[in-house]
Amino acid sequence: MRYLMLVCVAPTGEPADPGRPVGTAPAEIDVDTWVEEMDGRGARLIGERIRPVGDSTTVRVRGGEILLTDGPFAETKDLIAGFDVIECADLDEAVEIAARHPMARGGALELRPFWE
Amino acid sequence: MNVDGAVAAAYRAEWGRVVATLIRLTGDWHLAEECAQDAFTRAVERWPADGVPARPGAWLTTTARNRALDRMRRSSVEAEKLREAAATGEPPPVGDFPDERLELMFTCAHPALTREAQVALILRCLAGLGTAEIARAFLVTEHTMGQRLFRAKSRIRNAGIPFRVPPPHLLPARLSAVLAVLYLLFNEGYAAASGPDLLRVDLADEAVRLARLLVTLMPDEPEAAGLLALMLLHDARRASRVDPAGDLVTLEEQDRATWDRPRIAEAVAVLDGALRRGRPGPYQVQAAVAAVHAEAPDAASTDWPQIAGLYARLAELTPGPVVELNRAVAVAMADGPEAGLRLVEGLAAGGALAGYHLLPATGADLLRRLGRYPEAAEAYRRALALAPTDAERRYLARRLREVEPQDAADR
Repeated sequence: MRYLMLVCVAPTGEPADPGRPVGTAPAEIDVDTWVEEMDGRGARLIGERIRPVGDSTTVRVRGGEILLTDGPFAETKDLIAGFDVIECADLDEAVEIAARHPMARGGALELRPFWE
Repeated sequence: MNVDGAVAAAYRAEWGRVVATLIRLTGDWHLAEECAQDAFTRAVERWPADGVPARPGAWLTTTARNRALDRMRRSSVEAEKLREAAATGEPPPVGDFPDERLELMFTCAHPALTREAQVALILRCLAGLGTAEIARAFLVTEHTMGQRLFRAKSRIRNAGIPFRVPPPHLLPARLSAVLAVLYLLFNEGYAAASGPDLLRVDLADEAVRLARLLVTLMPDEPEAAGLLALMLLHDARRASRVDPAGDLVTLEEQDRATWDRPRIAEAVAVLDGALRRGRPGPYQVQAAVAAVHAEAPDAASTDWPQIAGLYARLAELTPGPVVELNRAVAVAMADGPEAGLRLVEGLAAGGALAGYHLLPATGADLLRRLGRYPEAAEAYRRALALAPTDAERRYLARRLREVEPQDAADR
């Protein structure tokens, strides 16, 4: 099986839990160690850091027009139904690609640039 | 001209061009603005001793560019950009220097930015207004406006908004966005959305200046010329639009002797040039309406059937309830208040303009003309509750008094 794992954090952040391992909780490691470990066992297929919500653009097609919104689509109650990683020259090309996606017509596609 | 005057003139003329060149060079909007600012500071220091350069714009661009290279050289993070810039960036030729203000204008008006961000960016980066001035114009604190600008500039870089004039397949939609921002800016200046000042002159002047620039940069684009003509025609009536007490004066009651005739003549020439291209659009049609008003020697001789026809054309180009309301006013003048009132009532039944004060205000005026005073008074009261500016409320209150029963016994 494959899973989309979304790394979530409150916009204001939350201090990392300083607790020692109790029960099934593993020992604390840093993200580089985690990546190395998961890549090593072939569990992590792809992963990136993405920029905060303020840099996201949401694309919808409604009434035959491409509508852009500065900001994110997803409320916690919204369903994230899938994901794609796209490589393109700039936001205009990303919007063109997103607007061609069938879900632009009933849902929305949120473009979140990678942290590069 | 003294040196201070020369710096001020260069600032007005060249700021946007220097910023645009630096954005292209560095890809960093924050750095571009800082280096442009540094170049003008340097001009203040150097020009009194060295004399005003023959080409102030080229001098400022070169100075800002050197400053940027200097700063990028010091920052190891930017080292790669520097190599790219050095590879392509031979010193600008003496005779000419780049003009990327059109790229700047389209990027500032990119649809992935909020309207607020678009307006702030255009005023800061292209028109060269200070953050404090922009903040005052939009009734927010300087801190808030500073943050808005900072965030917008960061977002352009981080979200990957390209710095360019859009390719042909995107151009019509993007040009509409640019025109919409400039017209919004003009209207913000022409009639304040709220608050005690009806006229905020600075923003309207800036919008006219930017529209002129756009027409210069896109001479084949008739809608750009149409927008400039529309702004000039509204602006020509600026002096007569409010009375000395600050009250709104309707078109019908305006003193036409105060209208700026040279401005009207210029606007009509610009509009005629645009219309000759045979590609009419909403701004050209709106300018044509304004031109019919401007050219009527008095209110009574206004060619209302022509205006009603133009609004019908506008409704084809951009259907919507506000256009329909304007058409109702023209039809009322051309064919009588009854005909106009039928259109207004249709709009009211449709509900699309609920909350818009000009709907009941228009209905009230037509009812007043028909002598149906109690219904007119009721409509004026509804309009009064919705009107956003003091001047409009005073106008409506005055009309309301005219149609309310006179309590002579109280006087």
